[in-house]
Amino acid sequence: MALIPLRIVPTDTKIDFIGKRKLAFVFSAALMLLSVGFFAFKGLNYGIDFKGGILMEVRTQGPADLPELRAKLSSLGLGEVALQEFGEPTDVLIRVERQPGGEKAQQRAVDTVKQALGSDIASYRRVESVGPKVGDELIRAGIIAVILSIFVIMVYVWFRFEWQFSIGAVVALIHDVISTIGIFSVLGLEFNLSTVAAILTIAGYSINDTVVVFDRIRENLRKYKSMGVEDLLNLSVNHTLSRTIMTSVTTLLALVAIFSFGGEVIADFSFALIWGVLIGTYSSIWIASPILLFLNIRGQISPGVVANSDAGG
Amino acid sequence: MVYFAKWKVVMVLAICVLGLVLSAPNFLTTEQAASIPTWLPHKQLRLGLDLQGGSHLLLEVDLKTVTRERLDNLVHSLRGILRGGKIGYRELGVEGETATFRVRDLADVDRAASMAKQAEAGTVVESDGSGKISVRYTEEAITERRNQVIAQSVEIVRRRIDEFGTSEPSIQRQGRDRIIVQLPGIDDPERVKRLLGQTAKMNFRLVDTTVSAAEIRARGGRPPPGSEILPSDDEIDPTTGRPVEYVVKKRIMVPGDNLVDSQPTVEQGRPVISFRFDITGARKFGQVTKKNVGRPFAIVLDGKVISAPIIREPIMGGSGIISGSFTTVEAKDLALLLRAGALPAPLTILEERTVGPDLGADSIRAGKIACIIGLILVLIFMVISYGIFGAMANVALLFNLALIAGALSLLQATLTLPGIAGIILTMGMAVDANVLIFERIREEVRAGRTPISAVDAGYRRALTTIIDANLTTLFAAIILFMFGTGPIQGFAVTLSIGLMTSMFTAIMLTRLMVVFWLRQHRAQVLPL
Repeated sequence: MALIPLRIVPTDTKIDFIGKRKLAFVFSAALMLLSVGFFAFKGLNYGIDFKGGILMEVRTQGPADLPELRAKLSSLGLGEVALQEFGEPTDVLIRVERQPGGEKAQQRAVDTVKQALGSDIASYRRVESVGPKVGDELIRAGIIAVILSIFVIMVYVWFRFEWQFSIGAVVALIHDVISTIGIFSVLGLEFNLSTVAAILTIAGYSINDTVVVFDRIRENLRKYKSMGVEDLLNLSVNHTLSRTIMTSVTTLLALVAIFSFGGEVIADFSFALIWGVLIGTYSSIWIASPILLFLNIRGQISPGVVANSDAGG
Repeated sequence: MVYFAKWKVVMVLAICVLGLVLSAPNFLTTEQAASIPTWLPHKQLRLGLDLQGGSHLLLEVDLKTVTRERLDNLVHSLRGILRGGKIGYRELGVEGETATFRVRDLADVDRAASMAKQAEAGTVVESDGSGKISVRYTEEAITERRNQVIAQSVEIVRRRIDEFGTSEPSIQRQGRDRIIVQLPGIDDPERVKRLLGQTAKMNFRLVDTTVSAAEIRARGGRPPPGSEILPSDDEIDPTTGRPVEYVVKKRIMVPGDNLVDSQPTVEQGRPVISFRFDITGARKFGQVTKKNVGRPFAIVLDGKVISAPIIREPIMGGSGIISGSFTTVEAKDLALLLRAGALPAPLTILEERTVGPDLGADSIRAGKIACIIGLILVLIFMVISYGIFGAMANVALLFNLALIAGALSLLQATLTLPGIAGIILTMGMAVDANVLIFERIREEVRAGRTPISAVDAGYRRALTTIIDANLTTLFAAIILFMFGTGPIQGFAVTLSIGLMTSMFTAIMLTRLMVVFWLRQHRAQVLPL
């Protein structure tokens, strides 16, 4: 076979990642401040999953006349009604705010909108209506899910490595979660259940990346007993660099395919994942690893713990 | 070692073949798959409502109404018992979740308390010493009643939906007081919602002819004891623009429970509903109509008068006709509701998600395209990066997809649009294990190992990393499954299955291929 592989990432890189940690920390601190600031002052564009309300995707007969539809719907007295073209000129996304008066009022509003639209509509592609009760529960479930998964991951990393590693991993995870929430706030993207799913997936992906680097750090700690911790961290990040980039690229290739061709319905979801892969890769290298510098990993690694990882040496 | 035990080779190949066989029915049409004999794998992927179109409704059973009714009944039986026992009482009524009263004569307290216990089973009686006695239900009794009401509600919902005639509906209890209804392929969810939104408690009562509702309203008074004012379901009073009102006796002549059948039909060109009573109902109805010829009676549904015809002659046959101003669909639906029976408690729609069939089809198409393009990009990238080894990883990736499809078909897990995204994401991540291994092998080669020992060390050392990395992602996926709903759960399922199958294909299958390749070529330099 004459398949000669290309080296996309040069081997034996000696990039001083850890030396640039101050720059990275400043960048990340700014990112965090910005995210928290936007979250606090601009807030998130919550979808109906959390806010309650009605969402309809309709296909009109012929190209949609948004101003006319808007005029029709805003005279119904249902509060804020937002319209948006969705993918095709004939497709419109209609959002009606959560109705005061509980679940019954909500259901009546669905009827009212359908009646008002009448014969302009060729088909109702999607109708979602979430009452206030479920919205509140979904918020709670979402928060619990994110916190619980961070906790479980922390315990697992603690169990498999040492507590210093689990701190590094969790700080990186929280960094990724907050910055994802931040980017949703900055861009005003709809924050809904899929976004929570995306955040959890990002957490999974990011920890995956972090664990690979940590694994190498643990191995090198055993191998190079006299090496300074900073050099050792750098060496480990460089060792795993080609893998980190290769995996990120393949995952990104797949995600870009979903983002571009998967349809409007999951576009935001795949956007969140793309962001997550980028930020997760960054945080494994520049957040999770440098933190170990401050946590005295040398003294903590007992030879017994890592006995089998270097058995073949 | 690069040695592979025979049984291991057989096992790995067997699993791969199994994956192919299990996923094969998905390449057929539904009809073709249905004609496969059942001893062969014949199950196709089960598509979620977001892909095949349909309605998801989350209903809540209004237990408060049930509790309230139950307490009212308890008060009623307490009144009877206290009167029967000749115990003086006052302030008998409902207070929160208890029925309470005060005994006039403190000497009667103990007797009253022990009698109150007889009122109903599953109650606790408490006396505060000042003559106040409260009766409440025990936790067990409340739970039992709740379960009964929910089970009955599920049953009635199922009957109504079955009568409606939709394919493969799923009706399940969820949590304490909720019911999830999933209706694949339904095109008019509004009608189903209307059907489920009615309690459909129906009964036949006499109209109180001593006074008219207008007279009572005019003097701002109250209806005579034993009667109440009920609005009409559809008649509008032209002078006030409000529904016509009737004064109806509270006493129920014949309850709706005695109905055995009801059908929509046509009388004088207008849609009406014919009904039939059981024997008890027929006897009661006969007696009342015989005594009240010439007077009107009311057919009351959920507190509204559907119609109030005059009894022209005794109706002894146990069947009759309800006429009102129905449309054909309304008559059909009302007949259905009466046939299926009344709900024990009102249902509230908490959440509705309906996807039209055309959006579902569009999503499937988009998902397929995204899958194929993502796959091609990853395949090309792997070959460019790792040459022949990349090609082996690609073969493993294709088998991985077959295994995911096979596992989803076998488990009949629901494939949703985010689920498709999960599959595409695992494609990207599935090659990660191979990337880890190949990069490790490269390193070992650079460290001066021979090809065989480099491959061996590469696999061995990458293994713990792969397991650690995949397990952590798996944890996130499992938590997502626990807390997510519908489409999101579908994502968690495909992600979890994908992670597990990818560990198998990346570790076992590519290793098998690499080992065979090494044996064949006896390469001195690895083309990696």
